[in-house]
Amino acid sequence: MNLESGKLDRREAIRMVFAAAATISVLNQQSFGATPLPAQPYGTDALLRKDYKPGDFWPLTLSDEQKVTTRALADLILPEDDTSVAASKVGVVDFIDEWISAPYELQQTDRKRVLDGLRWLEAESRKRFLKTFADLNRTDQSSIADDICNLGSARSEFKIPAEFFAAFRNLTAGGYYATQKGWKDIGYVGNVVLFQFPGPPRTVLEKLGLEKN
Amino acid sequence: MPIITSSKSKISYDVIVVGSGAAGSQTAYTLTMGGAKVLMLEAGRDYDPVKETPMFQTNAQAPLAASNTPDKHFGFHDATVDGGWRVPNEPYYVKRAGQSGWQEGTDWIAPGSNQNWMWWRSRMLGGRTNHWGRISLRMGPYDFKPRSRDGLGLDWPINYSDLAPYYDKVELLIGVYGSNEGMENTPDSSPGTLLEPPKPHAHELYSKKMCASLGIPFMPIHRAVLSVKQDHVNAPAKLHPGNERAQKIIAKHMQLRAACFWATPCGRGCSTRANYQSTTVHLPPALETGNLDIVPNAMVREVTTNGAGKATGIIYIDKISGQEVSAKGRIIVLAASGCESARILLNSQSKLFPNGLGNSSGKVGRYLMDTVGASVSGQIPALENLPPHNTDGAGTHYYAPWWLYKEQLAGKLNFARGYHIEPGGGRDMPGMGIAEDVAKITGGGYGKKFKEDMRRYYGSFVNYDGRGEMIPNENSYCEIDPERKDKWGIPVLRFHFQWSDHEINQAAHMHKTFKDMIGAMGGRVTSVVETDGRKAIYPPGAIIHEVGTTCIGADPKNSVLNLWCQAWDVNNLYVTDGGPFVSNADKNPTLSIMALAWRSADHMLDELKKGNI
Ligand SMILES: Cc1cc2nc3c(=O)[nH]c(=O)nc-3n(C[C@H](O)[C@H](O)[C@H](O)COP(=O)(O)OP(=O)(O)OC[C@H]3O[C@@H](n4cnc5c(N)ncnc54)[C@H](O)[C@@H]3O)c2cc1C
Ligand code: SF4
Repeated sequence: MNLESGKLDRREAIRMVFAAAATISVLNQQSFGATPLPAQPYGTDALLRKDYKPGDFWPLTLSDEQKVTTRALADLILPEDDTSVAASKVGVVDFIDEWISAPYELQQTDRKRVLDGLRWLEAESRKRFLKTFADLNRTDQSSIADDICNLGSARSEFKIPAEFFAAFRNLTAGGYYATQKGWKDIGYVGNVVLFQFPGPPRTVLEKLGLEKN
Repeated sequence: MPIITSSKSKISYDVIVVGSGAAGSQTAYTLTMGGAKVLMLEAGRDYDPVKETPMFQTNAQAPLAASNTPDKHFGFHDATVDGGWRVPNEPYYVKRAGQSGWQEGTDWIAPGSNQNWMWWRSRMLGGRTNHWGRISLRMGPYDFKPRSRDGLGLDWPINYSDLAPYYDKVELLIGVYGSNEGMENTPDSSPGTLLEPPKPHAHELYSKKMCASLGIPFMPIHRAVLSVKQDHVNAPAKLHPGNERAQKIIAKHMQLRAACFWATPCGRGCSTRANYQSTTVHLPPALETGNLDIVPNAMVREVTTNGAGKATGIIYIDKISGQEVSAKGRIIVLAASGCESARILLNSQSKLFPNGLGNSSGKVGRYLMDTVGASVSGQIPALENLPPHNTDGAGTHYYAPWWLYKEQLAGKLNFARGYHIEPGGGRDMPGMGIAEDVAKITGGGYGKKFKEDMRRYYGSFVNYDGRGEMIPNENSYCEIDPERKDKWGIPVLRFHFQWSDHEINQAAHMHKTFKDMIGAMGGRVTSVVETDGRKAIYPPGAIIHEVGTTCIGADPKNSVLNLWCQAWDVNNLYVTDGGPFVSNADKNPTLSIMALAWRSADHMLDELKKGNI
């Protein structure tokens, strides 16, 4: 799931698929028993030169309540700041919905993880604060997130929610930085026509102690 | 333009070429420019990169942000049709570690797909050249005579000097950027052949500077991308001396190709024809000669022969109608990718050739090779928070050729052959792995701090990929599965494969080197560094440099083809893909495939003219 065709360089692709392959057998065990979707894959010869939207290839999953939780968590992970808008403003909720609704194995694994995770988040929120997650203030949302936002250091009772959080963060960021607003935020300035490849600017060369080439 | 259906094809052709990738298209280009009438048969569908390439589509416009799926193994926008590690309706069989018996080859990431061979194919006009990485390195003098040099593997029956003029021609025709650095066994091109290389990326320059102390030489890579427009005034006469019509046609097509605009990922293909794929570079001028007919959806089953042991034509299945069709030609060329060509030969059985055509040596299918691959990733603090700048366009600009020839020959290393290093990094279009990389450094997090981290670390990740030579061995080969057939009733392949210690030790050396490089750059390694080469090495086939299986040689007793890639047993049968390779240097093979194919096609034209065939 880590591949992007954006800079589709076989080397990069192989590296990431290799990394994914190392974890897949574990993932599969966990996804065992997840109900498969009736959705159809897009096949080996889809029309590429087209602008697709979530729902174009397979039906979406999230209920209104699940979307509310998804939006709240996505915006907690990538909130509005001085530089850019919050995750939900660029379609990340629909993107996550599309992702977990896809008929492929990796996405089906994420489906179970995300749906279980959203359920856990609501239950935890009610348990701690007697409110839905979206209705909590930032401090209370954070007190839950702090327990699960670092997979490496999460306490053992939070391991599974922490796996959910990591997967959810990957999806949120993957969807967000795929958009033009996300590009701007992170400092991706490509995908524009140039007559010549300019090489790194002087400021970059100086910072790296490289003389001008 | 004669991209035709089978019912429209003529009764007979001078030459039938099977496959439309780098090999088939170079062969057909040379032949049709030289005046021969050619029928090209391609199993995949017709494909028009000018109309179909999603040049400026963003990841956000694709399902799943364009990430890879079992339908599109290298992402949604990748220029691969009906292909990948698995091709619909065309199974192949492998051995899996820990399991007995033959198993169907599956996706790499499918559960437990611990395969002894990964077979990437593409079923479209142009084959794998629509996607390929476009890294175009020449083999050097040592690479043609490895056995003479260190006693291992096999020598080619030709020298570097035999192929050098064809390297020049192919580079001039397809357009390759790069520079001449005079490095050992890393040949220079003739003056005026290469196009100006693009400036290096920051991470490439930084790698060069910081890794110099390790003795690792970074220099411009050679890639089949037009960094500038081609010289349509002077190049045509060098390509086709004395052939005015050919010169005119190629001059026109050189003018029609745009220079690279440094923006869109080459792996999707290039609708402005600025990089090499056969569908934009070889086939348009070849079609313009009027000498080429192409039948797509033509799945070739076998080469037919007559009682005199000559090849007479081809039988293929028209995938649209399901009908069996036969085509006649004076010469038959197989260029379906190494293993597919071997499959066709092995399936062409007759009374005269009970073990398959061209197989009196028993070597068809033998000496299957891939490239050794291993990689290590890291994060470099010096590259954090760099001012935003554009690193798009034409992928890798620098690489490090193998630098330890002398040490190796002196027996100081525990593996016999070299590798080169392809550095990855830069500020690419963000993909799905972007947060995971950062979480490896920070542990994760969320909120404003996480956003800051994303900005800080973006562009600070590098990875080094090793691409190394494999030595051919007796345990690596493909053969026909005695029971299983594909959808068209054609018997399929099954694979045997083993690395030797040379490849395994080389992969371990790569990991150690890359770790040292990341250290020299003041960085931290973010992937696992293996000391056991068996864990470091990518699965066989994974680098998609499938060569061998119809070996070229000086002796008909132990090779399939002679020095012209002409079958010893059948003089009007040639194989011009990666099949002839008897060594697989660290240099990515496609440029050499094309140079060999051009040379071979020149020989065919000669033999046709002389009436020898
Ligand atoms: C992701 C990727 C990256 C790569 N990067 C590089 C690189 O940077 N540098 C490099 O040198 N190489 C690279 N390669 C390898 C390169 O693509 C191949 O070496 C090259 O395409 C080989 O050309 P070919 O004509 O032998 O095979 P192909 O390009 O595969 O063409 C063979 C054609 O034959 C057709 N065919 C097969 N069987 C039949 C049949 N029975 N009947 C009719 N037609 C048939 C196929 O459909 C196909 O179109 C890369 C490959 C991939 C996939
Ligand atoms: S980077 Fe250049 S060569 Fe590659 S696809 Fe874009 S324009 Fe074409």
